[in-house]
Amino acid sequence: MNKPDYQRPIDFRHGRVDMNHGAGGRAGAQLVEELFARAFDNPALRAGDDGAVLDLPAGHRLVMATDGHVISPLVFPGGDIGCLAVHGTVNDVAMMGAVPLYLSASFILEEGFPLADLKRIVESMAAAARDAGVPVVTGDTKVVEQGKGDGVFIATTGVGALPAGRRIGGALARPGDAVLVSGTVGDHGVAVLSRRESLEFETAVVSDTAALHGLVAQLLAAVPEGAVHTLRDPTRGGLATTLNEIARQSRVGLLLDEAAVPVQPQVEAACELLGLDPLYIANEGKLVAIVAPEHADAALAALRAHPLGRAAARIGTVQDDPQRFVQMVTRFGGRRVVDWLSGEPLPRVC
Amino acid sequence: MKYVDEFRDGTLARGLAAAIAAELQPGRRYSFMEFCGGHTHAIARYGVAELLPPAVRMVHGPGCPVCVLPIGRIDQAIGLALQRGAIVATYGDTMRVPASGGLSLMKAKARGGDIRMVYSAADALKLARAHSEREVVFFAIGFETTTPPTALAIRQAAAEGLGNFSVLCCHVLTPSAITHILESAEVRDYGTVPLDGFIGPAHVSIVIGSGPYEHFADEYRKPVVIAGFEPLDVMQAVLMLVRQVNQGRAEVENEFTRAVSREGNLAAQRVVAEVFELRERFEWRGLGEVPYSALKIRPAFARFDAEQRFGLAYTPVPDHPQCACGAILRGVKRPTDCKLFGNVCTPESPMGSCMVSSEGACAAHYAYGRFRDIPIVARPA
Repeated sequence: MNKPDYQRPIDFRHGRVDMNHGAGGRAGAQLVEELFARAFDNPALRAGDDGAVLDLPAGHRLVMATDGHVISPLVFPGGDIGCLAVHGTVNDVAMMGAVPLYLSASFILEEGFPLADLKRIVESMAAAARDAGVPVVTGDTKVVEQGKGDGVFIATTGVGALPAGRRIGGALARPGDAVLVSGTVGDHGVAVLSRRESLEFETAVVSDTAALHGLVAQLLAAVPEGAVHTLRDPTRGGLATTLNEIARQSRVGLLLDEAAVPVQPQVEAACELLGLDPLYIANEGKLVAIVAPEHADAALAALRAHPLGRAAARIGTVQDDPQRFVQMVTRFGGRRVVDWLSGEPLPRVC
Repeated sequence: MKYVDEFRDGTLARGLAAAIAAELQPGRRYSFMEFCGGHTHAIARYGVAELLPPAVRMVHGPGCPVCVLPIGRIDQAIGLALQRGAIVATYGDTMRVPASGGLSLMKAKARGGDIRMVYSAADALKLARAHSEREVVFFAIGFETTTPPTALAIRQAAAEGLGNFSVLCCHVLTPSAITHILESAEVRDYGTVPLDGFIGPAHVSIVIGSGPYEHFADEYRKPVVIAGFEPLDVMQAVLMLVRQVNQGRAEVENEFTRAVSREGNLAAQRVVAEVFELRERFEWRGLGEVPYSALKIRPAFARFDAEQRFGLAYTPVPDHPQCACGAILRGVKRPTDCKLFGNVCTPESPMGSCMVSSEGACAAHYAYGRFRDIPIVARPA
């Protein structure tokens, strides 16, 4: 009599990642089968091949973006590294004006990492991919020895379809254009900081992590093709860094109105306490849109009509400036440069 | 944000600016030194300088704790981490200050030094408790604001009998620095640094009170107005200074009455006096050796003194010969007078300490104000 192959299911309650999970043997295959394949389930993944064969809509060009996710802590108010790994890459594709279609995911796991935590992260990631309608179609898992990782690193790559003739990019901002932001800035960074080991403070702020392609679609549908010149998600380095990137790429200056930049009072208060500036704090669910002035009102209305853009605001204007400064009229009435960040934002002494 | 926005109100600012302009005597120029980096930062960040009439010039003072820290002291902290294998706990600002051999605490960390950023002296104590098998040294810097927490940490360590905790004490004293500036040749003899008055420290004065400044008003005939760190505080203080100058008065006035009293925080002063005593001499970056300008740990707490515990000797290290930080800290030069400003020396690769902290005159000007130095300036639409 032939006994069917029996394998004891993975103990997701007490088990931990060990070197076997990355050795290419049964343990690794089992982890893929019982965790990753089950969570991300879709036809391309089910095929079990080395790569995924994908369809691309006719008349479109391919947009591809990649993002490595390392974050401490791995779980934070409003999200975790799993959903972040989906949102970050989906948003990068969406900021090109493309419709995100597929994701790949590469996991670097640290030996000793609790499987329960891994399961939670993977399931959160799968839910985010499902909600976004962007499946993870191929993936990889590696294990590094204890001390050589930080629990989990996740690298995701996304591809999307860009309609023929659409041009949206960081180099396309023109003097006179309106600068819009889709909501309050600094939420994600403050939510993460509030759970850092050395910092821990109590706040009701949650990360804004979200997939923005729906918001982008609504925005692009509301204005004529070509009216939106630049889209970018102000992630690491915050709004200030993103605007400086755009100024440099487009060879223009920007003039902001501090009073118009939406910031939650709790975020402002936390930044005040820590000696940080909300303009430099990361966002994971916001976008900056640079729009031709005649379509700025329609664009703003379209953003505000979407649940992820309710607090959208027009915060400034693109200027002709050979120095490419991002300047800001302060609420106080003076003017100052909003500069590139120098290294890590560090709190002040007194 | 409640209790903060009130001090950053643009309408009030315009009103104050008009009031200052109205009180200026025609043809007269006014130079005021804001001692504190906190004020320097507020002036740059909120664009206060732009709201002030051109006849009022703000001179940046040496009150930036990170800026006045000499290279030799940072070298000591780096040595403790790299050569002695200690965990060095430090305030974040200190991490980037350039030290000898192209190092900084941040670069030393990348070379394997166990250097941890902390928010308070109490966090350094926590580290010591959590790593009882390691030496934990708190790199204690700052003026009178940060001194009481260090004193408390040392007292607490003594009470707990923590055997692995010590403090590299680099605390410095505000009044000594002001005296040093007032006694400098540039102010006293040549008059190259015209000083009509001081904006006195905010947080420092909460601890030491307004009393210690009376000496400067009486002895040197310089008005002092103690002001909070909010931009409206600074503008109100400028108005009060202008009035004193116009009326020929030299008094200590307190704009920051919501926090500062004449006596200051007596409990804080007591704990500082219990743990620290005056140092005979201490090197400041920019000011050189200033007698009785810093604190050291009293013999009763000697086992918590990293200098004694590790037998550290102090070796002064000269600044880069072209770095003008010294002159800038004394108010003799402005950041833009320095040859290195903005080309060799930037916040990404600071040569001098003034480019490091956001409270430093160079960093504040570079980050917030440098568009004013460039002839073509975009105007608000």
